[in-house]
Amino acid sequence: MSTLLAFSDPLGPRGRRKALVGSIAGGLVLLGLLGAALLVLADAGQLDGDRWSDLLSPDGFELYARGLGSTLRAAAVAIALAITVGTVMALGRLSTLAPVRWLATTYVQLFRALPSLLLIIFAFFALPDLLGRPVTRYSALVIGLTLYNSAVFAEIIRAGVLSLPRGQTEAAVALGLRRSQTQRLVILPQAVSRMLPSLVAQMVVVLKDTAYGSIIGYEELLRVGTIAGETTADVLQSYVIVAVIYIAVCFALSSVARWLEGRTTRRYGRSAAAGAVAVPGVEDLAVH
Amino acid sequence: MGLSTITDNLDVYVEGFVGTVTLTALGAAGALALGTALAAMRVSPVATLRAGGLLYVETLRNCPLPVLVVLMAFGLPKLGETFLWSFFAYGAVAIALYHAAFVCEAVRSGIGSVSTGQGEAARSLGLPFGQVLRLVVLPQAFRTVIPPLGNVLIALTKNTSVVALIDVTDITNNTELIINDTVDPIFAVLGSACAYLLLTLPMGLLVGRLEKRAAFAR
Repeated sequence: MSTLLAFSDPLGPRGRRKALVGSIAGGLVLLGLLGAALLVLADAGQLDGDRWSDLLSPDGFELYARGLGSTLRAAAVAIALAITVGTVMALGRLSTLAPVRWLATTYVQLFRALPSLLLIIFAFFALPDLLGRPVTRYSALVIGLTLYNSAVFAEIIRAGVLSLPRGQTEAAVALGLRRSQTQRLVILPQAVSRMLPSLVAQMVVVLKDTAYGSIIGYEELLRVGTIAGETTADVLQSYVIVAVIYIAVCFALSSVARWLEGRTTRRYGRSAAAGAVAVPGVEDLAVH
Repeated sequence: MGLSTITDNLDVYVEGFVGTVTLTALGAAGALALGTALAAMRVSPVATLRAGGLLYVETLRNCPLPVLVVLMAFGLPKLGETFLWSFFAYGAVAIALYHAAFVCEAVRSGIGSVSTGQGEAARSLGLPFGQVLRLVVLPQAFRTVIPPLGNVLIALTKNTSVVALIDVTDITNNTELIINDTVDPIFAVLGSACAYLLLTLPMGLLVGRLEKRAAFAR
């Protein structure tokens, strides 16, 4: 428990009574806020059944399911590509060849410092000019997300590699493995396993960022929600439904990350988990 | 075409830059205030406040920022005059609400990182709870909180680009204007990228330095 109680004497009977009274008062205030919000919504007629029934009908359900499908598809492909490119960039940053190191470092620092939305816009508007051929909305979204997130994944994986004890590399070298074999067979598997919680946490970010696809007209969940809201004139309701779907899916994935974090701590011990964190910047590498 | 796309539209870039900086400042101020309050709720001995804080953090953290922004910008006006604000206001408030959840988690983990032995030592010296917090726990928590908090602020700066969805002036939104205007997307985006780097790179360097100092202090 990381409450402030850890820094005070254990509560006596009076303290416990106070905490209980505070709990009830706090609960009433929160309930009051919730009630006020519902009252405002009801006053504006936004809670009326017929404002929701069209959207929650089988037709509406099918529409949102299709949107969610497009979202998940773009997210899955972007995650796979970003982790692949990210691994290459991480190894590049750890390379013994200076030019490779510089290139990889520039790539990571550049794309990590830009908003993913700008990169999606770049992929959609500028990439066709650069390639000389059209880029679909779907590809533009996936490419934009990949550019940004590969830089973040690269940093996570690099941190995982740096967190391993040097003995791992030394043992591999002593066995006569080549450098590429050392990385592939000994270092990377351990690094990925250690950084799995951060990797999954960053996957949640990719999933959330697919919503930016709506700005270039890719029909993912948010775009579908806008269309449904505009056709039924129930905009608020449609966006609330979209938000609830997103929160449910992202919460599920976040829970996986938390579970993995607990497993990493159990497996390698707190110090190992903390060791991974001792590399500067890792604790917050999953960038929202 | 070419570099002239950037030089000819310098005023549009500056306008967008000012928009991004304003949104960042307002969003950061709101997120820090609300996030700290939420963190206080999440570590308080009062169970219902803890639950409320947890509910807020889990909801906002898992809701994509673009969804939150359009929900506010197009949903709130349906609730009557009181909620009819400017798009700029919707954007700034959504950015503050969203990042408050991340600020809360950063501050809370900072408090959690101070070992209980510190509090016990302070208590054994006879300090009352208020002094334990003020003199022993919070100064140490503050130190560990700075780097992650800095990372949240960098993320916030980049995330202000979300207001392009509701057509509020910022670097990203003005990029689209320049693309439409010049039909030179490559250099239009290049100029915007430079504008963002001008903001995020110094912030990143600063956080990196603070991080090193905090690491030495341990």
